[in-house]
Amino acid sequence: MRNGKLTAAAIAASVGLLLSACGGGSADEEGFSAPVADNPSFEDGTTMAEYAESGEITIGTKKDQPLFGLENLNGEMQGFDVAIGEIIAGKLGIPADKINWKETPSKNRELYLEQGKVDMVVATYTINDKRAERVTFAGPYYEAGQDLMVKRSNDSITGPESLRDSDAKVCSARGSTPSERIREYIDNSRLVLFDTYSKCADALRNGQAQAVTTDNSILMGLVSENENKFKVVGETFSEEPYGVGIAKGDTDFCRFINESLRTAAENGTYQEAWNSTAGKVSEKTPELPELRSCS
Amino acid sequence: MQVLIDNYHLYLRGLGTTLRICLYAGLLTLVVGTFIAGCRVAPLTPLRAFGTAWVTVFRNCPLAVVLFFMAFGIPALGVNASYFVFGTIGLALYTSAFVCEAIRSGINAVSPGQAEAARSVGLGFGQTLRLVILPQAVRSIIPPLGSVMIAMIKNSAIAGAFGIGGDLYAVGIRQSSAQGEAIIPVLVGVALGYLIITIPAGLLLSYVERKVAIAR
Repeated sequence: MRNGKLTAAAIAASVGLLLSACGGGSADEEGFSAPVADNPSFEDGTTMAEYAESGEITIGTKKDQPLFGLENLNGEMQGFDVAIGEIIAGKLGIPADKINWKETPSKNRELYLEQGKVDMVVATYTINDKRAERVTFAGPYYEAGQDLMVKRSNDSITGPESLRDSDAKVCSARGSTPSERIREYIDNSRLVLFDTYSKCADALRNGQAQAVTTDNSILMGLVSENENKFKVVGETFSEEPYGVGIAKGDTDFCRFINESLRTAAENGTYQEAWNSTAGKVSEKTPELPELRSCS
Repeated sequence: MQVLIDNYHLYLRGLGTTLRICLYAGLLTLVVGTFIAGCRVAPLTPLRAFGTAWVTVFRNCPLAVVLFFMAFGIPALGVNASYFVFGTIGLALYTSAFVCEAIRSGINAVSPGQAEAARSVGLGFGQTLRLVILPQAVRSIIPPLGSVMIAMIKNSAIAGAFGIGGDLYAVGIRQSSAQGEAIIPVLVGVALGYLIITIPAGLLLSYVERKVAIAR
């Protein structure tokens, strides 16, 4: 009898522990929630009016990008891109649970916007002229830069220049701008391409590649996922302004997004979004970059 | 379609890489596949079991899984080679299961009297297979083997995704996503590239089939 009671108490205690552990974890992850506007009004016929009316929006983001766009095991979306999406949706009066997150890998971003499969794309999406021919960019909401990630013990790779005279293999994602830029420093035979950066991290761990290159934002996520076995070199060699992709030519919606970003930066929502996501592995909080004109 | 003309050298290089993967993987898979087919009809039970296990494993595992093991499993065991080697071997191993079964079907099509006659004149198992059975089997396996090889050529795109890069499909991805070209013309170019390999391969196979055909 006494034993039975003890067991029951032990079970109760461990269940309690488990519950509190889970609760603690998710509360930590859900640290950020964007303010939702109360019945915002928009001019008839605008994209904003349409979304606000329907009360739903489909946002394309990555789902495997720690710190920016990541779907956790409970199916909840986390990350800075997600937070930016929630801020914009909030301004439209759409709460976070009414957002449909559509996984949008790099190669599909323009296509999904053109086909109307997503209403906007917030997916570590670098603004460039070629892309701007097919989509309109609002923002930028963050200024990233290409960097290198190496094993913590590696001191020989100090920046892109140090790759020139080495025989180091460099891994990147195929079809990404970083994979194009690194070709200036190494020849094709030393470039290893995978479809995702997590495979690059595996290649780095196995010693099949000596460096991984992409935007520092993504590398920070990989470092945080791999318990500091890796480090970011810290020598950025590009400017990657991340923008919000929307349908080509929707200037009104673009202005609206820029205005939302500006307000969020002024009232601290932007900083809060950063600190509860990517800010966890980065010391400094970024300023909102200078927004581009929408026309 | 301007994108195809502007970037034709990239497509040519992609075509070259794809051809290289297919050539090496094709040769390797023919050798391995024939060997495994030999095992499957061998008189020794352990050899037959080995052949059956090989086919079961590689025919039932998705190609991506096989390639994943090659690219990430083998290096984790401390073996280092280029991804080209891993990818090509992975593709060859996967295809060898299908090659083996195509060859075995050909072997089964040769009348048992042939093997009995060979044995009665004193040929051993290896000699029987090499000198009597396989030469006759080859005639009936060209069509299924051709399908297997053409499927392998197209599968090389998956091998390319495991670190090789620079193959035809990877060139397409590079065009459409890093350089932001419209995806349809880019993929038309990729499809054309594969057709440049697969259609002549098909023609070659029907030529070979006519050459080795005999009236039965």
